[in-house]
Amino acid sequence: RRQDVLTVTPWLAPIVWEGTFDPEILDRAYRPLNLTIGVTAFAVGKYTRFVRRFLESAERHFLRGYRVNYYIFTDSPQSIPRPRLQPGRRLLTVPVQKHPGWQEISMRRMEAINQHVAKESHGQVQYLFCLDIDMVFHNPWGPETLGDTVAAIHPGYFDVPREQFPYERRSSSAAFIPEGEGDFYYGGAVFGGSVKKVYEFTKICHMTILADKANGIMAAWQEESHLNRHFLSHKPSKLLSPEYIWDDRKPKPPQIRLVRFSTVNKNYKEVRN
Amino acid sequence: RRDVLVLTPWLAPIVWEGTFSRDILDAQYLQKNLVTGVVTFAVEKYWFFIEGFVSSANKYFLAGHPVNFYLFTDNPEKIPHLQMAPENHLFVITVQNHPRWQDISWSHMDIISSYIQRQFQHEVDYLYCMDINVQFLAHVGVEIIDALVATISSWQVTPQQDKASETHPESQSAFPEVQGDFYYTASFYGGSVSEVYKLTRACSAGLVEDRENGIEAPCHHESHLNRYLLQHRPTRLLSPEYYWDTEL
Repeated sequence: RRQDVLTVTPWLAPIVWEGTFDPEILDRAYRPLNLTIGVTAFAVGKYTRFVRRFLESAERHFLRGYRVNYYIFTDSPQSIPRPRLQPGRRLLTVPVQKHPGWQEISMRRMEAINQHVAKESHGQVQYLFCLDIDMVFHNPWGPETLGDTVAAIHPGYFDVPREQFPYERRSSSAAFIPEGEGDFYYGGAVFGGSVKKVYEFTKICHMTILADKANGIMAAWQEESHLNRHFLSHKPSKLLSPEYIWDDRKPKPPQIRLVRFSTVNKNYKEVRN
Repeated sequence: RRDVLVLTPWLAPIVWEGTFSRDILDAQYLQKNLVTGVVTFAVEKYWFFIEGFVSSANKYFLAGHPVNFYLFTDNPEKIPHLQMAPENHLFVITVQNHPRWQDISWSHMDIISSYIQRQFQHEVDYLYCMDINVQFLAHVGVEIIDALVATISSWQVTPQQDKASETHPESQSAFPEVQGDFYYTASFYGGSVSEVYKLTRACSAGLVEDRENGIEAPCHHESHLNRYLLQHRPTRLLSPEYYWDTEL
């Protein structure tokens, strides 16, 4: 067990850290359910270059032994590599329009995911994770992550007082969180849950994003701000520790015993053009 | 709380004072417009406990939220007048008594499951089964609400010394391998109405099968409950704060 970190939230949602769970017990509970888990990731423009490493590392570490559907949302399906996948796992590309500016692309993800769930994935998967593509799996990501609504604690803010959370602070935004409020700062690179719940909250976030657009405002951290606003009033049923959403540029503090999923070092200026 | 275990190895929270905010949980519960039921039995001399149980539950159990109390008794005439909180309701259901106490625990499980099917599932979302010979001494709130909830027995023992030390391995409730997770008390368990239905059905079927084979497992329905919960792990555990056996 872990005594150096918080492992349960005040609303009794578990916070998943290495040492808090027994992977075998969970596997024994989840395998018989014959689940298929979906993963959405957006590879638009130059971001297609990250797909291979993402997929290859997912094949080694992400829900090994379970059926997985990778949904790669892209404007150029022909440039998506198709590495060999384990049995029971498949890769599907989902066409999206290219938009000027990476913020636009980022803001339209909620809508795209929501529409895709409605059209396709709701019938194919029971759980869905929405992940950033410019990241790599380094260690096991198993059924300990499954839950109704799952959010991950942002690596930059897990040990920091809430006043420093980069919530949207302008009251004119639909993502506004006033000072003195807030539980955690969740990262936009990892979220998920049951396909029904993901459908619901991506729809809500899309609506709040549209509301801001109509008011000519864009939230400080785009959809991440809107996600944080939503999860404040509709608390996640499970939280993933920063092991599941790490930034390799950060030095590893003692609480991080292992890194399961982290950013690929990249030249931001180059890929965002 | 650093002094106690607050999460099971399968990531179910263990509820102790200090691990939760009742305000946040109350707000979540209210959002969903839920009704919770309590099932308890007052058979034979146990009618004596009715007043203490109901009055303390009225005050401390999910205070401020609507609760349906389902009281099974063979002595409806012995029930005193009970003042209920405006949001709560008391339903008295007459049952027959059984000559053997071993039959009682089977029939309790059986009664609960059949009433869930014919009535409770239409009236409540969550259902908790409790022994009547208890009194609430402090608030028990919505922190107990989850799909399948069991209370850690205050007789929690080490894996090797199982309280229900089974001398009949062919009993339906014999543990094939003692995994030493937790030992749960049959005096307070519950969850969603569908989960409680499955649990009580499974336990009463196990008890019936034992009876037919002439086996009577010690601590009966508690053994069956524990066996069931080993194979269908609770989604939330209540610490022994929630049911303390004063004989300890």
